[in-house]
Amino acid sequence: MQVNENKEFQPLIVAFCCNWCSYAGADLAGTNRLNYPDNIKIIRVPCSCRVNPMFILRAFQRGADGVILCGCHPGDCHYTSGNYFTRRRMTLLFSMLDFLGIERDRTRVEWVSAAEGAKFAATMNEFTEAVKKLGPNRRLEDLRCRKQ
Amino acid sequence: MQEAMINKAKQLLADGIVDRVIGWKRGEFVYDITPAIFETAEELEKDFVYDDFTAANVSKYLVKESKKEGKILAFLKPCDTYSFNQLIKEHRVVRENVYIVGIPGGPKLDAEKIKEKGITGILSVKNENYTLKIETVYGEETMPFYEAVLDKCASCKSKKHMIYDELLGEEGDVLDSNRFDMVEKLENMTAQERYDFWREQLSKCIRCNACRNVCPACTCEKCVFDNPDSGIENKAPADSFEENMFHIIRAFHVAGRCTDCGECSRVCPQNIPLHLLNRKFIKDINTFYGEYQAGEDTTSRAPLNEYKQSDCEANIVHERGAE
Ligand code: SF4
Ligand code: SF4
Ligand code: SF4
Ligand code: FES
Repeated sequence: MQVNENKEFQPLIVAFCCNWCSYAGADLAGTNRLNYPDNIKIIRVPCSCRVNPMFILRAFQRGADGVILCGCHPGDCHYTSGNYFTRRRMTLLFSMLDFLGIERDRTRVEWVSAAEGAKFAATMNEFTEAVKKLGPNRRLEDLRCRKQ
Repeated sequence: MQEAMINKAKQLLADGIVDRVIGWKRGEFVYDITPAIFETAEELEKDFVYDDFTAANVSKYLVKESKKEGKILAFLKPCDTYSFNQLIKEHRVVRENVYIVGIPGGPKLDAEKIKEKGITGILSVKNENYTLKIETVYGEETMPFYEAVLDKCASCKSKKHMIYDELLGEEGDVLDSNRFDMVEKLENMTAQERYDFWREQLSKCIRCNACRNVCPACTCEKCVFDNPDSGIENKAPADSFEENMFHIIRAFHVAGRCTDCGECSRVCPQNIPLHLLNRKFIKDINTFYGEYQAGEDTTSRAPLNEYKQSDCEANIVHERGAE
């Protein structure tokens, strides 16, 4: 989280992107000079199913205000079925966060292919706006990691 | 029941069908009943206990016991048989080394609930027409039986054994359980109310790890919470983040594998309703992926080890109405 006195709150967003589709999609957004917020920190993973619930929690712990997970479209996973498992896992995890009263709009899963640079940029803009509205992450933050 | 069980155990020992028996022993107080191993008829006569306080599920002990030489006799309540089935499915027990005698289950009693009524110094209890007669060092007390019943028994899902070699007593049915009532109640609260509810509960956690240790689904030889590199190894939670994290991860690890035996809540010294977290996962799995109860069989695939192309998207969680 970065708060600057005269500026509005800028959320820190962590985006886990699978190597084969979404990371390439992000690249394409870059080469096409499409705008997306610079507060998005991309972490490249081999496949969306590499991300286990602990990664998401850790991201929040280390200061993320929102976490988005991007992978290949269902049916297109480089490893055939990884994203189908991701889908079940993340559905249950997000539902559990919601159950614990943690804002569910801080988390999202989105399928972005290597050809969808525009979708990548649009998704990130939209997600950043949504998280901005929620304000800083307080319910799942680690006080010891808060930046002053 | 206790007599019949001791006789059954003695007979199986004498016939050479089993070499050891896992049962329960009394500790310092009447309500202190813990699992114990018996090897001879004399030991059984002397210490074997099965009463209204005998709630411990012995199936997890069989992970180690079934790997030893010889056969062991285990008395399993209906709820315990779900756990045992799940352990077979996960290849954690050697089925051939266990002889299972199915016994009728509870409702079992919760000594804490009796103490909450201000009744202490408990010497013995007796259920007379659903009034609990309690002998204490200060004289006799009574209370309604159902007010002293363990939470896990009050929302029992089944009185039917899922696996056994032999039955003692009568077989029951799978019940039309009320076990999701409290989960639903929480779901209908606002996010803020849920947050406050869980803060109050989870902030009590002292990370004694009893919930993990007792859980028949938590049989990992190297648990994440024992990993010295994780930064969360066997230590009390430092702040709300660590409390949330421990509970989310613990519950998530047993999602789709939890047999809803209720042991985690029963052993928690802080009375945290952990089963609500597990049941939330069971309920979600039922709604999203079809009815599934771990431990019902030994062959089906666990919901998180499986997928359908037609599964709902994760966004379904976000679309579920406001707040
Ligand atoms: S048994 Fe209770 S106090 Fe102990 S770690 Fe589990 S939840 Fe925390
Ligand atoms: S999580 Fe609790 S209810 Fe589920 S299997 Fe483990 S001890 Fe039993
Ligand atoms: S908490 Fe997770 S890692 Fe630890 S024993 Fe349970 S399932 Fe295994
Ligand atoms: S490789 Fe992209 S989701 Fe599996």
